[in-house]
Amino acid sequence: MKDSTKKKLKLKVSAIKDGTVIDHIPAQNLFNVITILGLNKIDNQITFGTNLESDKLGSKAIIKVSDKFFADDEINKIALIAPHAKLNIIRDYMVTEKRVVEVPDNVTGIVKCFNPKCITNNEVIVTRFRVISKEPLALKCCYCEKITDEAHLKVI
Amino acid sequence: MYMKKRDLISITDYSREEYLRIMELAAEFEKNPNQDLLKGKVVASLFFEPSTRTRLSFETAISRLGGRIIGIADPGSSSVTKGETLHDTIKMVTNYADLIVMRHPLEGAARYAAEVATVPVINAGDGANQHPTQTLLDMYSILKTQGRLDNLNIFMVGDLKYGRTVHSLLMAMSEFENQIFNFIAPEELLMPEEYKIHLRERGIRYFEHLEFTDIISAADIIYMTRVQKERFSDPIEYEKVKNVYILREKMLRNTKSNVRVLHPLPRVNEIHTDVDSSEKAYYFEQALNGVFTREAIIAHILGLK
Repeated sequence: MKDSTKKKLKLKVSAIKDGTVIDHIPAQNLFNVITILGLNKIDNQITFGTNLESDKLGSKAIIKVSDKFFADDEINKIALIAPHAKLNIIRDYMVTEKRVVEVPDNVTGIVKCFNPKCITNNEVIVTRFRVISKEPLALKCCYCEKITDEAHLKVI
Repeated sequence: MYMKKRDLISITDYSREEYLRIMELAAEFEKNPNQDLLKGKVVASLFFEPSTRTRLSFETAISRLGGRIIGIADPGSSSVTKGETLHDTIKMVTNYADLIVMRHPLEGAARYAAEVATVPVINAGDGANQHPTQTLLDMYSILKTQGRLDNLNIFMVGDLKYGRTVHSLLMAMSEFENQIFNFIAPEELLMPEEYKIHLRERGIRYFEHLEFTDIISAADIIYMTRVQKERFSDPIEYEKVKNVYILREKMLRNTKSNVRVLHPLPRVNEIHTDVDSSEKAYYFEQALNGVFTREAIIAHILGLK
């Protein structure tokens, strides 16, 4: 990244006093991450940037949420669609902690079962999966027992 | 005291000990099928898709146990046609019955019903997913004809990709020692990788064959399934294999004397009618074993024995 771009980025996405910065989100999944974390339903100040250059992801997104600190099980929900996301916990403008996300063992209510004949796609039911493989990602539906893999993963 | 209710949704919900317990009970019911254990009890038989064979088997088992049956035999004439959800149907029925036996075209419907119901649920088939009572009756048939559930050479023939009966039987039989599995299927209908991984992880030997030949001479059990036309994306591929996997009486001549041919029925042409008179044909007795096994499952689930 060129220095001038770096400067620009700094101007666009301002620093926060206290809160959480979620970095390395695949750009195409930014809005899914927002939905999963319920950021569209809270009153906190939120800044996000997307389609930013990233060596790892090609194109990444970043979210800064003021005065919000996530519990592990809350943040791990985004691991399915942003497995390389990194969290910076900010207190008084300083990064006080860095965290990575981890794919949970069980996934409830985030992902759609890929099987059109699954009961969860035909009645109003909260989906439940057991994670049978984290890399590559494979989720076994607790209802129809079919496996939804990364290529078929869809967020509800 | 609060007791967690016991359902039967998926064959892997049960342990090896429970399989054996059900086998033991099935043998008891075979000796003495009419026992009034369900007297005064109501069993809901909910068939959201027609399955005459399974429904009659269950209803015979319930009747022989002295229970009363309420239910849906024809989904076309039930509240389902009015758009009632499965959730609401089960919520209502669970207040009426002591046990629910359910068949449903959607996969996972039985697991969901068991979550909604306060009484035990027995899965009588949920789409292409599970049909555990079929597996238990298959196991009872194997035990009866071979005198054991371990040290067996089991041949599975036909549609091994989509056939839920062979998958469940493989999972259940792999709980017992020293099995050998032989899979005979066309390229398009091979046993899925996840089941082969399961066997490899447990160090269980298996062999795959494309040809249905005299290799069956080593078999203790030949489990035949239907090769269904609708499974093939290319009709020419179906035409190529449809007559390859047909068992004929002459193919059984060099097989072991203890070998038995099983089939979940209905058959179309995969077992030639000339096999029917062979003492190695067992598929009709297998169906009768279904009644005793289902009596055993009901007694086990409701703690009647």
